[in-house]
Amino acid sequence: MIAQIFAERCTGCQACVAACPTHVFDAGTDGVPLIARLDQCQTCFMCELYCPADALYVAPEQEGEPGLSAAEALAMGQVGRLRHDYGWDRDAPPEAPHLQDFWQLGPLLREGAEIAARRYAKRKAAFEDG
Amino acid sequence: MSEAAPITRSADVLIIGGGMAACWAAIMAAQAGVEVLLVDKGFVGTSGVTATGGPNHWWVAPEPGRRETAIEERYARSFGLAERDWMARIIDETWRALPQLAGYYPFAGDGKGGTFYSGVRGPEYMRALRRFAQDAGVTILDHHPSLELLLHADGAVAGAAGYARLKQQTWTVRAGAVVIATGGCAFRSGLIGSHGNSGDGLLMAAEAGAVLSGMEFSVSYSLSPAWNSTRTLPYFAARFFDTEGRELDVPPPMSGEAAHLRALARALETGPVLADLSDAPDALKRGLRRIQPASLAPFERKRIDLFRDRFPVRIFGEGTVRGTGGLQIVGDGCETSVANLYAAGDSATRELVAGATSGGGAQNAAWALTSGRIAGAAAAAHARGAGRRRDAPVKAAGTAGLRPASTARLPDAREGLPVIQAATIGYDAALWRSGDKLVRHRDAVEAIWRTIADHGHAEGGGAVALREHAAMAACARWILAAALTRDESRGMHMRIDRPGTDPAQQSRLLVAGLDRVWTRPERGAAQEIAA
Ligand SMILES: Cc1cc2nc3c(=O)[nH]c(=O)nc-3n(C[C@H](O)[C@H](O)[C@H](O)COP(=O)(O)OP(=O)(O)OC[C@H]3O[C@@H](n4cnc5c(N)ncnc54)[C@H](O)[C@@H]3O)c2cc1C
Ligand code: SF4
Ligand code: SF4
Repeated sequence: MIAQIFAERCTGCQACVAACPTHVFDAGTDGVPLIARLDQCQTCFMCELYCPADALYVAPEQEGEPGLSAAEALAMGQVGRLRHDYGWDRDAPPEAPHLQDFWQLGPLLREGAEIAARRYAKRKAAFEDG
Repeated sequence: MSEAAPITRSADVLIIGGGMAACWAAIMAAQAGVEVLLVDKGFVGTSGVTATGGPNHWWVAPEPGRRETAIEERYARSFGLAERDWMARIIDETWRALPQLAGYYPFAGDGKGGTFYSGVRGPEYMRALRRFAQDAGVTILDHHPSLELLLHADGAVAGAAGYARLKQQTWTVRAGAVVIATGGCAFRSGLIGSHGNSGDGLLMAAEAGAVLSGMEFSVSYSLSPAWNSTRTLPYFAARFFDTEGRELDVPPPMSGEAAHLRALARALETGPVLADLSDAPDALKRGLRRIQPASLAPFERKRIDLFRDRFPVRIFGEGTVRGTGGLQIVGDGCETSVANLYAAGDSATRELVAGATSGGGAQNAAWALTSGRIAGAAAAAHARGAGRRRDAPVKAAGTAGLRPASTARLPDAREGLPVIQAATIGYDAALWRSGDKLVRHRDAVEAIWRTIADHGHAEGGGAVALREHAAMAACARWILAAALTRDESRGMHMRIDRPGTDPAQQSRLLVAGLDRVWTRPERGAAQEIAA
């Protein structure tokens, strides 16, 4: 769930108020949005992608207490990390586009399924032998 | 509260929804030269399961024999309920349409010197579709959830009404044709991206008289870490353990009869299940961050190394998102059974292309794209001919949660959600269906529906939430009625008291009704089910 908006980073652009698909934020009177409806947060990280100032931190726990505090996440370099991993914080050089490895998704998924199928067949055979 | 004056607008075509199906519909309608308005509950770009996913589309080159072979392979898995013509249509349309996004989506290589078109990453895909739609002339209204449809005196759909939640105003749009593209219903399971997918469009359409199909095929789950629903790519090679370190007997992911899911569900009912990904492909361990960064964040943000440490998992219900049920399609233009009303994407039945099995993994995305484009084009042509009929009197069709049959005294229905969830995505209820369990769940859900229909009433943002709960209750009723009528097992509909497939029931099953739910085979006589 959305854990924190870092006021010192926030420019008050309100991009997150518009971009949050489930209407978690209200525009704040001092420019910093308010987390107004935490119960509607679906932990989708989309606000982080759309915040140009890397001022938001979403804890990964959909329910319950977060393992890391927002301050710890900041110290670990996790605030803004996701937007950087997506490449949304910079243009890509033409010879290395952001999505250059994306085609591997299908083959890797199939490879994973094959590993599981082979291992399971072996396990069954061993079980029958023994 | 609705403080300011209501917003009233008109358009030739109104699209309700903001995922891939809605956007492709809007683009096609706008390209046909008519005025198009799109209203989304959330923000077009982040809302819906497309945005958080990364759909791989069914992608088969037009080379001799290849498409025919692909269709036969998939048809064989449809349990006789798909249509080869529709399958051919979505392969062809997808092949033609996706490359048109080139100016908006950063397509990259396919590892073989060509361009990779078939799989697209969700946030970039939806960002591209938003810009493409805007450039085509579509007016997008974000955060404008639709609450109900408007009807002409002759029963044809005349537009829709809803609530603009950032502006805190009600809105009304009159249109010559309306496309429902509100996605599937995942019953608030926590499934990635699905919070707004509460089946609203199905309820709105049913109130206008529309019929649904395939609602019994709603048994689908995705595996994720217990604390956060993610995409499933990382977990395909997983081994599973109990907390004592004993390896569990879990058949591999693509085994028949949902053996993988059933084994996980049974284990989860007895205690925590831990996944071990040490067997995952090396290239995945190295490349996951570049392919699917959002799958890594939930681990890094707990200081868990997902490929070394064991971690608890859960399976998240997908309901009709990767199930196949939805609004019945009655024509080649994605018409529903109601005049002026069209359906696309997960809000429409996907039986036409996937039958009784999930179309996830290729067909659902190709369907969402194609049905969107077809519905958008057909709605535009229809609206151009029929006109907006702006001055004709209309009536609002909404019932449960908006216009209670009795005293208004229920502003919030979330208390009933656990009962609805237990009946639809509860492991035992869904993966081991039986007549007596279905009857029990039907009666429990019926009581919740009655309370909302008789007493539910809220205003403003509260009305949006209440309608979401009404819609989930309605979807649950249709699912249970269909599952009870389909007196056999077929595809993802598995009845432990009817284990075999019955050739006499090889027909799509229609379900509809609000006050009284009814079911009937698509070809065959009506069979009333007492609500
Ligand atoms: C994790 C996951 C992975 C998947 N992977 C694949 C894959 O690889 N291949 C494949 O073929 N399929 C896949 N699928 C399925 C595929 O993503 C969907 O079929 C497709 O994205 C559906 O698009 P849609 O536009 O119909 O729905 P969505 O993208 O869910 O959009 C629904 C929209 O309706 C809006 N809405 C809802 N209610 C209202 C209302 N009352 N008023 C206004 N708007 C409303 C929502 O805000 C949202 O914008 C996957 C699904 C999931 C969950
Ligand atoms: S994580 Fe998603 S739902 Fe939660 S605040 Fe951010 S954008 Fe909104
Ligand atoms: S998007 Fe970021 S910078 Fe803009 S208001 Fe939100 S938190 Fe502040």
